[in-house]
This record gives sequence, structure tokens and C-alpha cells, in this order.
Amino acid sequence: MKFKTFAAFVGPSLFLMFLFIAAPLVSVFIGSFQLTQPVLEQVEEETCTPGFVTQTCTTTMVTRPILDEFGEIQTTTEWVGWTNYTRVLDPEATWAAISNWDWNALMQVDFWAALRFTLMFTLVTLPLVIGVGLAIALAVNNAAKSIKGPIIFVSLLPFIITPVIGALSIRWLFIGDGILTSALEAWLDQDIAMFAQAWTIELMMLFYRVWHVAPFAFVIFYAGLQTVNQDTLESAIIDGASRWDRLRFVVVPHLMPLIVFIALIHLMDTYRVFEEIVGFTSQAHVISLQWLTYDFLQPDDAGNRAFGRASASAMLTMVGIVFLLIPLLRRTWRDHHGGSH
Amino acid sequence: MKLKTILMAGALSAVASMAYADCAVDNEVELRSLTAAFEAWNAVTAAWEECGNFQAELNQEFRTVQPEAFAANPSLYQIGGVSNGTITPLLNQGTIRPLDDLVEMYGQNLRPNQLIRINGEIMAIAMMVNTQHLMYRADILEDLGIDVPTTWDEVLAAAEVIQEAGVVDYPLGATLKSGWNIAQDFNNMFLGYGGTFVNDDGTPNVNTEAGVNALGTMMAMTEYLDPEYLVSDSTYVQQQFQQGSIAMANLWASRAAAMDDEAESQVVGMVNMAAAPLAMEGGAPATTLWWDGIVIAANISDEEAAAAFQVAMEGLDREMVEANNDAAIWLVEGYQAGRLSEGAIATASAQPAPASYPSTSQMGLMHTALGNELPAFFTGEVSAEEALAAVEAAYTTSAQEAGILE
Repeated sequence: MKFKTFAAFVGPSLFLMFLFIAAPLVSVFIGSFQLTQPVLEQVEEETCTPGFVTQTCTTTMVTRPILDEFGEIQTTTEWVGWTNYTRVLDPEATWAAISNWDWNALMQVDFWAALRFTLMFTLVTLPLVIGVGLAIALAVNNAAKSIKGPIIFVSLLPFIITPVIGALSIRWLFIGDGILTSALEAWLDQDIAMFAQAWTIELMMLFYRVWHVAPFAFVIFYAGLQTVNQDTLESAIIDGASRWDRLRFVVVPHLMPLIVFIALIHLMDTYRVFEEIVGFTSQAHVISLQWLTYDFLQPDDAGNRAFGRASASAMLTMVGIVFLLIPLLRRTWRDHHGGSH
Repeated sequence: MKLKTILMAGALSAVASMAYADCAVDNEVELRSLTAAFEAWNAVTAAWEECGNFQAELNQEFRTVQPEAFAANPSLYQIGGVSNGTITPLLNQGTIRPLDDLVEMYGQNLRPNQLIRINGEIMAIAMMVNTQHLMYRADILEDLGIDVPTTWDEVLAAAEVIQEAGVVDYPLGATLKSGWNIAQDFNNMFLGYGGTFVNDDGTPNVNTEAGVNALGTMMAMTEYLDPEYLVSDSTYVQQQFQQGSIAMANLWASRAAAMDDEAESQVVGMVNMAAAPLAMEGGAPATTLWWDGIVIAANISDEEAAAAFQVAMEGLDREMVEANNDAAIWLVEGYQAGRLSEGAIATASAQPAPASYPSTSQMGLMHTALGNELPAFFTGEVSAEEALAAVEAAYTTSAQEAGILE
């Protein structure tokens, strides 16, 4: 291909990648080393509030930001080095917890509590999604032609539902005296409160995520199964290979690139777990890294947003994803370049 | 064919609703409002909408949306519903306008009590007062021969009796949802034990005896609560009452009317209100006083502001109050105090009286820090002192970032 044609094809997408990926990333990176503060003044203020009959007025010193001539709050932005990262990671408390082997104390630092859940969530759902997806694909592949259509349709349904809506529906099935909690209570004959402790909430989240994502793995695997070499399968049968042997030695090796692909996508997606935390209102018990960033960005009751800490936490999340992906990326790299060596 | 009929019916009803029978002003300016979504706001915004060209947004997340929406130029809303807690960011950003001129021109029906003055300027118009007070099932207390509790010790003792009698699922309800709600419950109790949140120099002061006592009493409550209390907000507690599954709660006065709503409630006429219980002898009731009211955006034209203020006054008039007397404890003329307001009035007129919720930046930061850090105490991960130390650390970090502390 001529360079000009190549450039014309690749240019637009490079430009968009720069605009929507690289530029925001750089700005977040810079922001994570900065702190923007309003310029404040102490003023004496008389505030009158209504009672039932008369007002009570109190005079207090309050802190108010100074407004500039356009009516915007005046701010100063400083370079603060690693301060934002220190505030997110709290190395002092972390080190104290680690040197005392105190797991509970470590979990009091929000970042580590979030990292613990995020990693657990990612690594536990990964094999489940791949396993369940493959199982559905095999089942559909072996089903009679007449019922294939309906089965595919039904198994795709969870994937179509908007994540937050799905999480909320499961929440309403279980919260308080929800239908499923009541059913469980009647069945097990004991009082059950699914939202009263962390592990039951985590269990519901794991179930929800697998339920939601398995259809995606299924679609990919199902497509892959159509390309399995039938001659190899037949000769395996002639050689006396059982169903399990055929799956293990013929089908799975054939699907391996797809398994790696799904693992890649799933790790990237799940490391950013967020909808579950909001949908299940689990922040008292369980938080995730993405939720932590979101929480820093939420204005507090005085109207401030912690942009610096949010940027630092976003950068740390990104570093985490890169670490998780390294083994898979190395494998893909080897597969692509293996032939030429 | 059928669709056409439906469309026609829709069009007709739209035409019908344009005959603003009940509104004295003929509003021709496009106006929007952003308010909270409880009963009183339903009543007020419905009255505003009668004036035409009016779009009301009722949103329980207004706290997050309002500062940004009002900072836009022009502001996305002309009228905002605020309380003494949520007015702080708007005051800080200077996005609401002084109302003295408008009050002089169009505010003849306002009572002096309604004018919220800050440094002499009227910045908001209050329409109602609100407080968290004791709501209890009068029938259950009477059956079991329990006097109406006046202190938290008595509440806990009564809860024990109700628990043993087994007449309800859970003796108590509480707004302990992690975040804003649990922090507010702590605030009530902390003030009830005579605590002060911040020192004069802005440093935090919650890891004190009052703080530990407050958490102790709250923890004692949890024994009588639905175990899922960390997700229980005001609406959840209100529904627990309405469905007859709890007997007592320290709940917002603005939720009282819902107890007698025959469409939703199975306990109509059975829930009474009393003063918020005392946390300690000789203290103020363990609660805070709030007002709710309206503000007008700064970043809009004077014509828009005048129109918005006139419409706002239409919604806050005697007619609206008479039609919705029990929806709130109105400050507006025409309000008749009834059975549902007894508790709030007893709370506010107690001696010593409970404090108003302070509208300061420090309090805003403290409230957020409390909401984030206290749940760890209730899940049993940390002790009261550790939780309060974490609150102080979180407050200090955000106060340093906000420039309030060095």
C-alpha cells in the first residue's frame, strides 16, 4: 500500500484516538500532581433562621470563597508532587498495618479495601464467565436445530439489559422482604438479611456479573465452535476419544485465541467494576476502585470536588489494569510473532 | 385508529391544563425549578405549574445537581428548592441573588419569619420547618402500657418491651443509610450529647466523649433495627412504618403526612409524633432544626427573576397551604397546626432548644467525612474511637484541599 493511502485510512482513527484517549489521559496525569483551591476569606456573617414564631439570628465567623469580577470563584492551582497519591494511598497507615500483620487496619484505607474487592471480583468472575459461556455454547451447538433459535435468544437476554437496571432488579429481588429473600426464608426457615453483611452482597454481585457477561462469552465461543475442523473431530472419534477428550484436546485448543480475547476484554471491563456498587448501594460494606474515583469527584456538602485525588486514583486504576493485562498481552504478542522466528 | 384516539385525548388534556384556573399571575416566561422530592415540594411545584410555562424537576439527588446547574450562565433553573444544609454551596459560589427588591414588590403576603437574611440581605424565602423527631405507633405503646419515651434510654427500654411482645418485625427504624443519612443521625445524637463539630480554628473535634457516646447509643439502637439498616433511608423507614413493620423511629417531620395517606399506609391514624428524645439529662433534644425554602438564581435576567419570584409566591400562598395543610409544617399564612405537627413543635420549643443545622463549609466537609467513615464502625471493623479518628483524618484532608485548614 502506498504511504498516502495508508495515512488516509489510519489518520482519522489516530486523530480520534489522540483526541479521546491520549489527551484526556495526559490531562488526568497532570491533574494528579496538581491541587486547585479556592481563595478563601473569613467573614463575619449574621444569619437569621425561622423558628415557629420568631426568627433567631446568630453572628458567626464563616469561610467564604472570594469571587472574581465574572462571578466565578477565584482559584489557585499549585504543583503538589505526590501529595494526591499520598492522600489516596495513605502510606503511613498502610505501612503500620503491614508491619503489624493487621489485615483489618489495612482495609481501613479506602484504596486497599477497593483494590481487594476489585481484584477478587475480577479474578473470580473470569473463570466463571469463560466456563459458563463455553458450557452454554456447547449446549446450544449440540441442541436440535428447531430449538436453537429460541435458546440463543433467551441466553442473550441478560447481555441486552442495561447493567444498572439489571443490578437494581436483583437488588429489589433480595432487599428487605424481597420476593427471593422471602422465598429463601420460607425454604430455610430462618431470617435472612442479604444486605446486612459484606459477603452476601459480594455473592450477589458475583452472580450478577457472571449472569450479565456470560452471554458475551457464549456468542464468541459459539461462533468459534462453527469453525472447528470436523475431520479432526471425526478422526478423534475413530481413535476412540471420549466426549471429554475431544473437548480437551480438539475444541479447547482450537478456541484458545478466543479464550485469551475474552479474558482480555473481561479483565479490562471488570477491573472497572462500578455499576454493582451503585446498583446494590454497597458502599458501606464494599467499594471498588472505579467507585473510589467517582466518590472523589462527587461534590461534598460544601460543594468541593477532590479533582486531584480523583486523578491520582484514576491513574492508579490504570496502572493496575496494565499489570493485569501483561501476561495476556505477552501471550498474544508471542502468538503473532511466533511464526517468523 | 386507537392510537389516534389516545393522541387526541392527550392533546385535549394538554389544552385543558393550559387553563390555569388557580394561578393569579399569567406567566409568559419559560421557567424551570429544581427541588427535592418530598411531599411538600409536590404540593408547591404543582401550584407553580398551574401558572403555565413552568417545568418542575423534583429530584432527591438535587444536592449534587444544584450547584453546577446554578453556576451555569445562564442558570439552568430559575427557582431552586434549598434547605439550610444545601444553601451553602450556592452561597459560596454566589449563584443566588438577593431578594430584597423582589420581596418589596411582590412579597406582601410573606411573614417576616420566612425571610432568610444573611448579613441583612434576604437570600432565601423559607416555606416550612423540618426536624427529625420521634414517631411512634400509639396503639402499640398503649397496648403494652409504655409511656411515650422522652429520652433515648427510654426509647431503648421501650424497644426491648416491644421486641419481647413480638408485635412488629422490628421495634425501631432509623435512617442509617451510609453517606448523608448516617452522618445526619450521628449529628443529631452528637449535638444531643452536647458536642461541637469543629474548633474555632477549623480543626475537627468529633473524637470526643460526646462522639463516642453518640456512636454507643446508635449502636445500641441497631439491636432493634432491621439488620439491613445501612441501606435504610427516609423513604425506607417511612415505608416500614406504613407497612406496620416498625413501632418507633426518629424520622423527619416532612414524612408525617405519609403515615395518614390511605393509598399507601396500613397504619392510618395510628402513628403519633412526639419531641425528639433527649440523649442526656438536661440536654437539648437529639436533633437539628431545618428550614426548606426557595432561592432565585443569580445568572438570569431581571425579568426572568421577577417572573420566577411571582410564580414562586403563587405556590407559597394561603390557598396552597389550605389544600395541603398536613404535608408540612408550613411557615406560610393559613397553616393550622394539627396532630401531625405536635412532635415538631414540642421539639422546637424544648428548653434548651435543639440547634439549627449550621450552613457552613466546615459542616459540609464534616458531614461528608462522617458519612464515609462511620459505616466501618457499624459493620464491626473498627472501634468507635478508631472510626472517629478516621473521620477527623478525612475531614482534615478535605479541609486542607478546600483551603480551610493549613
